[in-house]
Amino acid sequence: MSMELHRCFRCGWCKLPSDFVDYNCPSYAKFRFESFSPGGRLWLIRAWLNRELTWSENFAKILFSCVACKNCAEQCKMRFKDEIVDWITSAKSLAIEKGLAPPKVRDFLENIAKHGNPWGLPRAQRASWLDLNKFEGEEDLLYIGCECAYEERGQKMAKNVIELFKIAGLSFGTLGNEEECDGNEAYMLGELGLFQELASKNTQKFKELGVKKVITISPHAFNAMKKYPNRDFEVLHFTQLLLELIQKGKLKLSELDLTVTYHDPCFLGRHNGIYSEPRKILKSIPGLKLVEMKRNKENSFCCGGGSGNFVFDLLGGSESPARLRVREALNTGAEILAVACPICKAMFEDAVKDEASDLEVKDIAEILLRSAERI
Amino acid sequence: MDKIYKALAEIVGEEFVSNRKEELYIYSRDSGLSEPRFPDYVVMPRTVEEVQKIIQLANKEKIHVVPAGASLSLSGLTIPQKGGIVIDMRRMDRILELNRKGRYVVLEAGVTQGKLQAFLEENAPDLCHSLPEAPPSATVVGNLVIHGQGNLTQAYGFNSSMISGLEVVLPNGEICRIGSCSLSPYWFSIEPLPYLAGLFLGWFGTTGVITKVGLRLYPKKKLRDVELFVLEDPKLVSEVIYRVTHTEMAEDITTVAQPYPLMFQGTIMIGIYLTGDTEEELEFKRRLIWSSLSELIKAKEGGFMALTPDMKVGFLEKPMSSLTRSADILKGGGFVYCGAIIPIEKFPEALKKLFEIAERNGVTFAHTGRVIGRGHCMMFAFAYPFNRADLERMEKAKRALFDSYVATLEIGGVPWKPGAEEQKLILERMDKNSVELIKRIRELLDPNKIMNPGNWEVEL
Ligand SMILES: Cc1cc2nc3c(=O)[nH]c(=O)nc-3n(C[C@H](O)[C@H](O)[C@H](O)COP(=O)(O)OP(=O)(O)OC[C@H]3O[C@@H](n4cnc5c(N)ncnc54)[C@H](O)[C@@H]3O)c2cc1C
Ligand code: SF4
Ligand code: SF4
Repeated sequence: MSMELHRCFRCGWCKLPSDFVDYNCPSYAKFRFESFSPGGRLWLIRAWLNRELTWSENFAKILFSCVACKNCAEQCKMRFKDEIVDWITSAKSLAIEKGLAPPKVRDFLENIAKHGNPWGLPRAQRASWLDLNKFEGEEDLLYIGCECAYEERGQKMAKNVIELFKIAGLSFGTLGNEEECDGNEAYMLGELGLFQELASKNTQKFKELGVKKVITISPHAFNAMKKYPNRDFEVLHFTQLLLELIQKGKLKLSELDLTVTYHDPCFLGRHNGIYSEPRKILKSIPGLKLVEMKRNKENSFCCGGGSGNFVFDLLGGSESPARLRVREALNTGAEILAVACPICKAMFEDAVKDEASDLEVKDIAEILLRSAERI
Repeated sequence: MDKIYKALAEIVGEEFVSNRKEELYIYSRDSGLSEPRFPDYVVMPRTVEEVQKIIQLANKEKIHVVPAGASLSLSGLTIPQKGGIVIDMRRMDRILELNRKGRYVVLEAGVTQGKLQAFLEENAPDLCHSLPEAPPSATVVGNLVIHGQGNLTQAYGFNSSMISGLEVVLPNGEICRIGSCSLSPYWFSIEPLPYLAGLFLGWFGTTGVITKVGLRLYPKKKLRDVELFVLEDPKLVSEVIYRVTHTEMAEDITTVAQPYPLMFQGTIMIGIYLTGDTEEELEFKRRLIWSSLSELIKAKEGGFMALTPDMKVGFLEKPMSSLTRSADILKGGGFVYCGAIIPIEKFPEALKKLFEIAERNGVTFAHTGRVIGRGHCMMFAFAYPFNRADLERMEKAKRALFDSYVATLEIGGVPWKPGAEEQKLILERMDKNSVELIKRIRELLDPNKIMNPGNWEVEL
């Protein structure tokens, strides 16, 4: 890794979106010291590896407040751009390996390893709220994911998705309490051993049950599963499937007089190039007006929750990325901020409260459900 | 807790001050080849009052201050030569006013080129400012302070001549307005008052901290195109520039000479940019420019090169990312350049010097240039990519850079944005009374010698 880090010019294209409207690296936007910009971070990693700098609490904050949103890789003008996030991840990995990671990060990973979720909550609680049959060879497996399984707001999102699938007459099941963490955050934090273990556990389970298609609610799970080695199942994000159901006429939609703006989650958008499906879903609802924030699609501004930050939250405060984003959403005149990720949902709901704003944060499934149920 | 740290935290809030080693490390160096020097503190004010309090504190504590934008000048201009407080101005990033009919904007000092570009695109698409090819993360004010040049420089002169008003915190902490804004609510002009703006431009933050700027905007035409005139004889470059500028039809005129790709070796390319609101307007301008060069074409001294649409995209990008990408030519994360401001007829001499310097030092090189005014002078860049992981190559590039500064002076040019060492070269050659005047102005404005010492420092 250190062989290539020196190629960063610290020119700062990577801090911005393609039209330069505002800073688009969430940690730089929040902290504003050059050391928290992608280039500053790369230079510091190099200095650390070259022993020009020793480890410190501040360096840990600089490193782990990178949310792996991939804006830098999208905007850097150099030929190595696709490697930038991997370099940062490798540095996180090294820090973890050397036992240097901050306690919050360590606990996060240990909880995943021991309990299958980052909060260390009991496995038995994973699906206790879920009123659904376990997978028994149905067509699709709905993968709930930690954020939906243990977080009340995520549970609500999962229920909305399930309700829609039921309305559309889909044959599907879940793994209930046997579900394992998808491993995305382990991957993005550079805990590749843990990621591989989770990937192999999940792949093995899917194989045993004869799962051919997995539908994920979280883009993080979607991203992780796409990286599973020897994957022999198809993986879709729920918005991809919902669009298909709408296009096949399985979901009949009635009018909703709403103005909505949509936030692209990093792990659906920049990491996997899915921008149009969620928009097509929203546009298919009669009466719904979709307005765009200035920073959208490839230029989307991250909620600040990636790479474990939805739990250890190094980017919180009055200028947190989530709060900045909520202000941007308000500027569009929309009454609803639509999301397609349970992490974004939780981050924005908290931000809306902190901003004392009357903007509503709704997942796409909930909006769609409102329209579908009216028939 | 450290007394100065505590005082700074009281001024800007604890989040926006640092004396932690990571911030000190990053602000101790820039992307060029200057020696790192560590600040003691980095601070990020949000308002002019905060800047004022920082300066007052610096006077009280006799600690140095260095105003910084994005530190992209590449010559170490924001590296604190003698330690102290680096003031990173980029939290002051509001665009305060757009006067569309009067064609100016009022900005805070931390606004980036990119932010202004995006703002105009959205709010005044028929207006633009003179945009340098620097990364869009560079600040507008940093560029004005160093007398930068942009795409409108050929038509209207150095970017700093497009300033229509300034607000400055003086080295003694007083807030001072310059131009019409000093006596009127409008920021439309620096003239016709005594020309105080000159006290802050080209001084590299040694005479005060600029907090706001009024900047002139210019008509932005709907269409933009580029023609590439290629020739081999450097002696004809000034003739081409003279003829094309005579037409007054070009927006921007640039020069390129580089050893790679091989097909361009031995040639000089002159980029002639034109703009128009309609195809007819463009065509009209194109015809005048072509006919101004027809004799040279007939004499087979040069000709226009056909550009594929793909090539055009690269040339027409604003700013041109290819210049940033040249830092990766040696897979090494860096390039430096000496921007020589020279009379246009000095082009052949400068190019010859560039070849000699590159050969003597065994370095890769490139030349880019930009015409300033209607051929009144030009910026001739002696540019050297280097590899940040290869110390020997870095040393060679450093030597080539220094030689280029010397060469610039030898041919009668003036180095642009010189680093602390190169400023000494300039001061050594400068008329003694001018040097004395610089010294007296600094002493008068900054009796405690707190502002960016090491820059424009006269050691008599
Ligand atoms: C790839 C590349 C291409 C470039 N192309 C061009 C080009 O085409 N034209 C051009 O002109 N330049 C160019 N540059 C040079 C430079 O990047 C730009 O001029 C840039 O705009 C400088 O802004 P900055 O914010 O980086 O200034 P900085 O480097 O941060 O500051 C420059 C100087 O201004 C002082 N300063 C900054 N802010 C203040 C303030 N508020 N008050 C008082 N003093 C202050 C600093 O102390 C310093 O002395 C290029 C650079 C690169 C890397
Ligand atoms: S990562 Fe790329 S865009 Fe960002 S500072 Fe480094 S070279 Fe520039
Ligand atoms: S991945 Fe996102 S947060 Fe991390 S450095 Fe890049 S832009 Fe910043």
